[in-house]
Amino acid sequence: MKNNSMLKYTLIRLRRNYLALFGLFILILLIICAIFAEQLAPYGYAQQDYMMIRKAPSAVHWFGTDEFGRDILSRIIYGSRISLQVGIIAVSISLVVGGLIGAISGYFGGKLDNILMRLMDIQMAIPTILMAIVISSVLGPGLFNLMVAVGITYIPKFARLTRASVLSIKDQEFIEAARAMGASHKRIICLYILPNCAAPLIVQSTLSVANAILFAATLSFLGLGIQPPYPEWGGMLSSARPYLRNNAYMSIFPGLAIMFTILSLNFLGDGLRDALDPKQKR
Amino acid sequence: MSENKDILLDIRDLSVQFNTDSGVVKAVNHLNMHLERGKSLGFVGETGAGKTTTALSILQLVQTPPGEITGGEILFNGQDVRKMTDAEKRRLRGGDVSMIFQDPMTSLNPIMTVEDQITEMVQLHLNLKGEAARERAIEMLRLVGIRPERAKDFPHQFSGGMRQRVVIAIALACRPQLIIADEPTTALDVTIQAQVLELIKKLQQSEKTSMLLITHDLGIVAETCDTVAIMYAGHLVEYADIKSLYTNPKHPYTQGLFNAVPTLESPLGSRLAVIPGLPPDPTNLPKGCSFSPRCPYAQPICHEKACGMREIEPGHFVDCHFPLTPESGNKFLEHPAKEAE
Amino acid sequence: MTMSDNLIDIRHLKKYFNVSSGLLHAVDDVSLTIPRGKTLGLVGESGCGKSTLGRVIIGLIKETAGEVFFNGEDATKFSGEKRAEFRRHAQIVFQDPFSSLNPRMSVSQLISEPLIINKSCKSKAELDAKVAELMDLVGLASRLTTSFPHELDGGRRQRIGIARALALNPEFIVLDEPVSALDVCIQAQVLNLLADLRESRGYTYLFISHNLSVVRYVSDEVAVMYLGKVVEKADNSTLFRQPLHPYTQALLSAVPIASVGPKKQRIILEGDVPSPVNPPAGCRFAGRCMYRQEICTQQTPELVEVEPNHFVACHCTGHLVRHA
Repeated sequence: MKNNSMLKYTLIRLRRNYLALFGLFILILLIICAIFAEQLAPYGYAQQDYMMIRKAPSAVHWFGTDEFGRDILSRIIYGSRISLQVGIIAVSISLVVGGLIGAISGYFGGKLDNILMRLMDIQMAIPTILMAIVISSVLGPGLFNLMVAVGITYIPKFARLTRASVLSIKDQEFIEAARAMGASHKRIICLYILPNCAAPLIVQSTLSVANAILFAATLSFLGLGIQPPYPEWGGMLSSARPYLRNNAYMSIFPGLAIMFTILSLNFLGDGLRDALDPKQKR
Repeated sequence: MSENKDILLDIRDLSVQFNTDSGVVKAVNHLNMHLERGKSLGFVGETGAGKTTTALSILQLVQTPPGEITGGEILFNGQDVRKMTDAEKRRLRGGDVSMIFQDPMTSLNPIMTVEDQITEMVQLHLNLKGEAARERAIEMLRLVGIRPERAKDFPHQFSGGMRQRVVIAIALACRPQLIIADEPTTALDVTIQAQVLELIKKLQQSEKTSMLLITHDLGIVAETCDTVAIMYAGHLVEYADIKSLYTNPKHPYTQGLFNAVPTLESPLGSRLAVIPGLPPDPTNLPKGCSFSPRCPYAQPICHEKACGMREIEPGHFVDCHFPLTPESGNKFLEHPAKEAE
Repeated sequence: MTMSDNLIDIRHLKKYFNVSSGLLHAVDDVSLTIPRGKTLGLVGESGCGKSTLGRVIIGLIKETAGEVFFNGEDATKFSGEKRAEFRRHAQIVFQDPFSSLNPRMSVSQLISEPLIINKSCKSKAELDAKVAELMDLVGLASRLTTSFPHELDGGRRQRIGIARALALNPEFIVLDEPVSALDVCIQAQVLNLLADLRESRGYTYLFISHNLSVVRYVSDEVAVMYLGKVVEKADNSTLFRQPLHPYTQALLSAVPIASVGPKKQRIILEGDVPSPVNPPAGCRFAGRCMYRQEICTQQTPELVEVEPNHFVACHCTGHLVRHA
């Protein structure tokens, strides 16, 4: 149930936050790169040119070439598609599964709440990298399995956040009113509680996409997940390591790509948090 | 307003506005009001009338931005509060002028004992230290009816009424000349309210403190105040001593207020006289008199030009082109108004 | 008064809550009747249990013991279909117009909810028509259909709450402090609305409030509660003219009067309201009562009819003189 005036109001407040707007701008840029990679990239991401191995940035190759003669700019552009996919899909998995667990836990309380939250605690006690490595190994290599692995690690965070929101809303009078009208539990959770939890979840999702992208880069750096020749920024960093001294640009550009993406998502997330906070008077 | 009277607080042509997303909220408009030393003034109005904003302006506590005092003077003991230095303002707040807020639960520091909260005040303003400060704290608690054994308790260990007493003790600890009480009993049960009002009255008489009591309850004002000021949409519409106002209200809004509230004495089976419509949008005040759209006595000139406060009888001021007389009757009762849409 | 004249007949209703410090006696053996088409005002200060009582009566909270007879049938034993039907007949309007409405739903969605949940309308057109009818009934302009609660003032929000409660055409409505959160002028408008509705539709109201003047204005009969028990019940004029219970007397004398003139002698109660958790034996009011006798701390007084339709729970009724 979309709340139109809430959206409009949020956008007005967001407009005033310059950092958030910058973040949004970068994000839109990335999305365009991801969607139109074929049109924007001057070369293919796997296109090798043995005549141009490890060439520094020039007019022909704006970001230079890597050890196989592949154009780095093109690989970065294609890489945005992978990074965004991982981020968005991984977070979607955690949001849906974690959100559901948190909502049920918070709404019904009692033993169910206890059991679910202890399961979440157990998962949080396991180091995320370790868990991702295990899941990746079990599922095998590949983009999709990477997304699932990352998604699973974030489930407890979303579960706890949703549960906290649900608990604070559960005792409000409009929930009592719904019960007085005879609304079913399902209706109350879907129409009354979840729409009112949206704000913190939106903020957390935005920040988690940033984290997920970074995490995926880390896993690729370690050799898990994406396999070559797919241009994942973390993987590009990893393969650029031996050449750090003489061909620093091979690491700098993927690194900058990662940095800007994370920064922009963080700015946007912070901006959304401020804009969605009803207590802010302005 | 003769010069011989000892005027403690003199507000002249005060205007305060708030710059918000949805427009400029004119919270207080050209307010003129004064309070004599040792007397108490009841400040009556509904939500959004500007009472709390005025009170905060006296203490220069209005949030700026988005608030802004756009004009006027607030003279306390002859000195303009707006022109005070920061040090002078700090001495004013809590020292010369104390404020009691509505909700005793949130106006006390939850992690300090009540004794500490009083000693903090006296150390700051009266320069008492150590044992002397502690003694003063105990004395104040005793004054408000709290046993010394409870001095080291925390706010959450007290009930609502007791907490409000603690707030009063803190307010009086530094012997202020003026207490501003913003709806001090609204959050309390009626029997506890009676206790707290008794206490306030008693202390006011014994300590000779002046009081500005903000409330929407005309009953409380009748019981505790000497003079009354009625506010509507940021304007002062009527100002008089208690007797004059309650026996002969002259502004239509005042008459409407009296009739809209059921009392224990109203005849059973009577219908409440409703003031039709709603208070105006503070970002878009009507031309002329702010009350004219809802006033059953309004004439064409009321919609064109505001009147300004006039002294109709000695000490009785009204902002109205056609102040009511005993012969005016009661138009609120005659024409049952259509409900708000 | 025959059974069928009373829409609501509450018998020995109890509601206790388990809290960390013991057993909270929110509603402690309350018996009341509400005649059809009349308004019972329920008065008391915070912690007396009046809100809990209202919610238990319509089934929002499960009672610990006791019965609630609705039209002669015990509603506490209803389940399934009968329970749903009872819900259609007994509704509630909440105190806080700010938190009792889902901030994410528009006015028309809010008013449609009870109709949708109870499948009262067969088509969207029928639903819209009913919503429009209800909005008109409570005085909400049709242009507000798509507005959201935060865009409206307290009075309009409360009208939404009332429209919502009326949607299923109930017979009985619990009004839990419906005007306490409103400004005095808006309060008057809403009170008049409630009075009009009662006259035109014949609703039976349970009007809960701590504001005695308002209760006096709307009620036919009044019951006074203190710490989970009813201490006095009478018809409106009798209770306010001749209160017999010491607590009622103190309550009435505590109300500030909006007029100048000779001031009445006020009864100021000592101390605070005791906690409803593990209440003391005997009369709950004994600790603050100026007429306290030995028997008061030992034996709980029963609610007895001392005059026709005037009930008091006090050991000392015979000796009491009303404070003028």
